[in-house]
Amino acid sequence: MCTTCGCAEGDTQIDGHAHDHSHEHGHAHEHSHDHGHAHNHHGHALMATHAAGISPSRILRIEQDILSKNNAYAADNRGYFKQHGMLALNLVSSPGSGKTTLLTRTLEHLKAEFCQAVIEGDQQTLLDAERIRATGVNAVQINTGKGCHLDAHMVGHALETLKPEDNSLLFIENVGNLVCPASFDLGEAHKVVILSVTEGEDKPLKYPDMFNAAGLMLLNKTDLLPYLQFDVDQCIAYAQRVNPGIKILQVSATTGEGMQAWYAWLRETYQSIQSDATSRSTTITDNQDPSICV
Amino acid sequence: MHEMSLCEGVIQLIEQQADEQQFTSVNTVWLEIGTLAGVEIEAMRFSFDAIAKDTIADAAKLEIITVQGVAECPLCKQQTEVMARFDLCPQCGHYPLEILAGEEMRIKELEVQ
Repeated sequence: MCTTCGCAEGDTQIDGHAHDHSHEHGHAHEHSHDHGHAHNHHGHALMATHAAGISPSRILRIEQDILSKNNAYAADNRGYFKQHGMLALNLVSSPGSGKTTLLTRTLEHLKAEFCQAVIEGDQQTLLDAERIRATGVNAVQINTGKGCHLDAHMVGHALETLKPEDNSLLFIENVGNLVCPASFDLGEAHKVVILSVTEGEDKPLKYPDMFNAAGLMLLNKTDLLPYLQFDVDQCIAYAQRVNPGIKILQVSATTGEGMQAWYAWLRETYQSIQSDATSRSTTITDNQDPSICV
Repeated sequence: MHEMSLCEGVIQLIEQQADEQQFTSVNTVWLEIGTLAGVEIEAMRFSFDAIAKDTIADAAKLEIITVQGVAECPLCKQQTEVMARFDLCPQCGHYPLEILAGEEMRIKELEVQ
């Protein structure tokens, strides 16, 4: 992987994005692979003893967070969103929760009101970005290859390609997975977790990290409730047990039921970002008219 | 399987350290992983060997120090070991508890040459 920008050389593909930096490593890999000595210590001695002829080993105290690189990229993204007055949301769910249907309906409904843009994450195919572009909203697809989540670095590169308008609403649709995306901050204002009633009501307890990390839960496909044995109250209680502060809305992206509350949440959250930005700076005053990007 | 990405992060940090601290090989990597960090230790070991191949940490031994989840009840101040984020206070039944330890995902030490 590239140590300059952290790119994995392998499988990540960003639709329309070309790298202009080299992925060559600057250092040589000339180390010996002869590990004939015993590793039976975990003392904190500065020097470990080794056989003659092998350079002595030393213990380095590192104490670095494994996610520190991702978190640094996330901080850059967050700075970018703030500077450009954007509300960025990270949509997370299992595969098949109806995320893309919910998103396309949302984009259609709000396109006269907001500048909107979408980053789509999937392991393979450009299908979701094509569904989004069919609504007239600008979208870029990230294919993670073997990866099971988006990371902040991929999102940074996607922004270079997407070039969203100032003051826009950016939806980042993460890879369908309730485990891994919980750990990777993308720089978003909130994670929005989508759970559908065709899944089990105990999902919040089974995947607590994700429900704990989310600010909003959308309980989707409520139009199917008459045909299912899904206990809505129990599901809400489980989600609140994992995250007492989580806001929960019941929606059907197919019939539109409950979607007004989601749009109201988006408007309110967008306004709070905007008033936050204008209280700090008065420079973002132009480009407020959403009609320029529809 | 985000353990693969976590291992990539570990190798990136090690390569950065190698430039700064002037070493050419890594014998042992000590990681601290909390029980509430959402990391599957066996997946981490499996991924590490695959990701470290042909890097400065090729053939390095991976030692994982598990950090037990510990939380404090905001009401009765009872400190307790927890298995999950949503555990109740064993003394008064309150939740959520404030997590004090167990979310760690850290490179602690390296043995290098």
